[in-house]
Amino acid sequence: MSDDLTRMTAAEIAALIAGGEVAAVEVAQAHLDRIAAVDQSVHAFLHVDTAGALDAAKAVDAARAAGTVLGPLAGVPLAMKDVVVTKDLPTTAGSKILEGWHPPYDATITRRIKDAGIVMLGKTNMDEFAMGSSTENSAYGPTHNPWDLSRIPGGSSGGSSAAVAAYEAPLAIGTDTGGSIRQPAAVTGIVGHKPTYGAVSRYGLVAFSSSLDQAGPFGRTVLDAALLHEVMAGHDPCDSTSIDAPIAPVVAAAREGAELSSLAGVRVGVVRELGGEGYQAGVVASFEAAVETLRGLGAEIVEVSCPNFDYALAAYYLIAPSECSSNLARFDGVRYGLRVGDDGANSLEDVMSITREAGFGAEVKRRIIIGTYALSSGYYDAYYGQAQKVRTLIARDFTAAFARADVLVSPTSPFVAFGIGERIDDPMAMYVNDLCTLPASLAGTPAISVPCGLADGLPVGLQIMAPAMADDRCYRVAAAFEAATEHVLASIPELS
Amino acid sequence: MPDATEPSPGPRVDEPVGRLSRADVAHLARLARLAVTDDELDIFAGQLDVILGAVARVGEVASDDIPPTSHAVPMTNVYRVDEVVPSLPREAVLACAPAVEDEKFRVPRILAEDA
Amino acid sequence: MNYADVIARYEPVIGLETHVELSTASKMFCGCSTEFGAEPNTHTCAVCLGLPGALPVANETAIESTIRIGLALNCSIAAWCRFARKNYFYPDMPKNFQTSQYDEPLCVEGYLDVEVEGNTVRVGIERVHLEEDTGKNTHVGTSGRIHGADYSLVDYNRAGIPLVEIVTKPVPGTGALAPEVAKAYVTELRNILRTLGVSDVRMEQGSLRCDVNTSLNLPGAEWGTRTETKNVNSLRSVERAVRSEILRQAEVLDGGGRVTQETRHFQETTGDTRRGRSKEEATDYRYFPEPDLVPIAPDPDWVESLRVALPELPAARRVRLRDEMGVSAEDLVQMSNAGVVDLVGITTFAGAPVGEARNWWLGYLAQKANERGVEPPDLPITPEQVARVIELVSSGSLSVALARQAVDGVLETGSDVDEVVAERGLKVVSDTGALEQAADGAIAANPDIAAKVRGGKLSAVGALVGAVMKATRGQADAAAVKQILLDRLGVGS
Repeated sequence: MSDDLTRMTAAEIAALIAGGEVAAVEVAQAHLDRIAAVDQSVHAFLHVDTAGALDAAKAVDAARAAGTVLGPLAGVPLAMKDVVVTKDLPTTAGSKILEGWHPPYDATITRRIKDAGIVMLGKTNMDEFAMGSSTENSAYGPTHNPWDLSRIPGGSSGGSSAAVAAYEAPLAIGTDTGGSIRQPAAVTGIVGHKPTYGAVSRYGLVAFSSSLDQAGPFGRTVLDAALLHEVMAGHDPCDSTSIDAPIAPVVAAAREGAELSSLAGVRVGVVRELGGEGYQAGVVASFEAAVETLRGLGAEIVEVSCPNFDYALAAYYLIAPSECSSNLARFDGVRYGLRVGDDGANSLEDVMSITREAGFGAEVKRRIIIGTYALSSGYYDAYYGQAQKVRTLIARDFTAAFARADVLVSPTSPFVAFGIGERIDDPMAMYVNDLCTLPASLAGTPAISVPCGLADGLPVGLQIMAPAMADDRCYRVAAAFEAATEHVLASIPELS
Repeated sequence: MPDATEPSPGPRVDEPVGRLSRADVAHLARLARLAVTDDELDIFAGQLDVILGAVARVGEVASDDIPPTSHAVPMTNVYRVDEVVPSLPREAVLACAPAVEDEKFRVPRILAEDA
Repeated sequence: MNYADVIARYEPVIGLETHVELSTASKMFCGCSTEFGAEPNTHTCAVCLGLPGALPVANETAIESTIRIGLALNCSIAAWCRFARKNYFYPDMPKNFQTSQYDEPLCVEGYLDVEVEGNTVRVGIERVHLEEDTGKNTHVGTSGRIHGADYSLVDYNRAGIPLVEIVTKPVPGTGALAPEVAKAYVTELRNILRTLGVSDVRMEQGSLRCDVNTSLNLPGAEWGTRTETKNVNSLRSVERAVRSEILRQAEVLDGGGRVTQETRHFQETTGDTRRGRSKEEATDYRYFPEPDLVPIAPDPDWVESLRVALPELPAARRVRLRDEMGVSAEDLVQMSNAGVVDLVGITTFAGAPVGEARNWWLGYLAQKANERGVEPPDLPITPEQVARVIELVSSGSLSVALARQAVDGVLETGSDVDEVVAERGLKVVSDTGALEQAADGAIAANPDIAAKVRGGKLSAVGALVGAVMKATRGQADAAAVKQILLDRLGVGS
């Protein structure tokens, strides 16, 4: 039974619990057992909250016994990216500088998860402060891709994607600044969605790049991701950039997409600039097959051109480092976290500098330095200012493209999962992992990654992009696609 | 676009070398309160120069008549009502701190001894 | 060095940057209380401590107050502007950036007219912008100052309190009156802020803080290099700081030296300024638009409604004092010179007779200010409180002597008038029996004086009145006591 429970979707588990056929505690225990069995090799989790998970599950069982109507995901286990603040539970954002920090408050999405009766199993590994595409930049060691333990699970939300792919949790939360949900979803063969910027509260996400960061769901199915999306999303008065409007009806869209099995009347735009030279051949082949599948479902395929997408990488690697150089200034060893070098002789500036040097990894330091440079007087206009103009141009490209198509598609990443250690010393080789995901990040528009086959035995993701606030379109098309294709995870090798 | 499946190229010969010198990196690191080591300076100076060469492309497109985008979703006037809500308990606040004295956060001397 | 001689040879240019803590209930970006004097670090939360993940949401009242200040200073209100991050490391700043405004202030291009010795000087207002205050460092060590401290302690209660910065344009052409113009500007600004009700404007508590820029140039030459003097914490210090900086710079220039662009610190004890951080060492603040806050785009109708609802401002109030309350031109000048004209005005318009208000502010309160070495507006008592004291006197609840005790109590404790009156039991003793008993006691204790009075030397009764007042702890009406004494000594009329 235990093994069966971990193989189920979130929707199935929720139905069993709601129907009294299985206790939430059993479900939690099954997943904790699975974590105990496989996480030594996967290393998806930085912290497993066994007691907290079982308590939360017991509360759901008690509520059901008392006749309370349960929420749609009550009792379903979830893995939380360690960038999301959790009261009294360690929150490190994958960094040494926050080692031992037990936040005195909950992120808004943490509270929503708890209020929904979702059972948080623990905190997942990530690239330090969400900077990276491989989870190798974690201060606590890399996470391994359950498809091939010698490969990366994507990043920065690699712990969350690996946990879901390895059946350690049916659901996970990630954050996406330049692709950190979509790319890990793609390379682990699961579904991941980056919502419209402002659809999900950022209150309590350890900030990387404030104007880009957005939390979103991971699941093994489009419907599961949609169910979690609806729990997470919604206006939050604690986040000034939170959109005060009704949540896009993503669950209904996912159900409708799967049931109709037709995309008749839907115009799908293939973005010319997101493909071709530099993309791995197997990825291109899978993507082309996916486009044919969409056509077969009745979608009208059009080619669109977004010429300014070619500048997305340059703009992103100015905006994100600039904002991070400011966001990460608070880690100075005064109010919380690590302090190094306080020997009574060193000045405060020395202690701050030694602390930050010891507490941050190489990629974080690189980005802080780039960002410090890009914001300096005399360079601001040429770098940060220009990057913000590119952002405008990319948004205009999207607007033009969405005049011709209801959704846009591309590969999620140019590559399948690469080997751990292969690119770690070459920042630019790492950055190009985000080529396809960056435009939607810069424009604040929603995008989903859904598995679309294998290349060399490793998963490939299809990215489906929609206009702002039309997250439901992503889910509808993804669900129709999912229903029409073989489930990729079915061929994941068994972990020993 | 370079063929990204290949290892990334080193500093390209057609780009001006030394846009970001070792001394520049040292200065920026000090501004950012990072006590970087000499070895790191060597590595970072080369890497950052390559990155800057790549990101400088933003200068190719955008002209004066294009407004910058600071916020992806256009919104204005988001405010809260001026009402007091309870603060965090002081124990919880100070429990996070590396050093505390007299219910305050203790920090090393702000000015260096020779200042 | 002789000031008149310096002014004969150099022309000063001054400029002022004033920081005003708004008297909102909660902080700029979170719901923590702004109450002054709380236990350290009890008014802090995830937002104002800059904990990872916390996000700011702007206080609507603070935005409104800033716009009202801008309107009162004849500024244009921006149709659209943003907050910006000012990045630098300092332990009193929890995020190591200050949320402020940079090239898009909320209010720009205004002016404030001030009167100095009968002349009206128009001080241009460059900008009024909104930012957040920092926490407070205490330096531990033998010196108690930042220099030579062993370590420091930080209290973040003040961090995040809304702070409005009001920056003047450079003010040339004031000549010898530069120090007085600076003081008159801050005085008038303070009066306006108090009238708007947007701040406590208490310089001694730091809710109004002033930086004074000063430069000197030869007549006809370009403006000189300016210094910025900080730590100017009273109205009197504003004047002293400008004067001493003019003298210091003249000495430097006379000696063939160059004035260095630097921050200087005013020394309250010596009245001179001391060198602080040099501007050449100043850090690059790397301003950029705050991504966590959305732009401010005040609705023009809202701005107009705020403009219409502005209260009567001090300048108009002075006109009304003259025209409606019949205050003479000489009296206005006298009150103006004493820096109390607006205090008298507010006291009057709070219900007190203008003569009483004038007497209190030019008399007892001026004396108290003098004893404390501050200007009357710096006294920790409000005109409304003075009006209440006057009301209690005219209703007979307090004698003048008791009223002074009430004022003393307010000045000492910061409590309200009625609290002081209640706590100290200040009340005119009108119980005739008690007074007669006290009078008999005084007569018995001073037979010689009593005899003199009986003998017709009526003026000697004063000593007996004093004795009775002492016995009743000042709570009797002196005139009534005198009458009782004269009656009992058989010389009553």
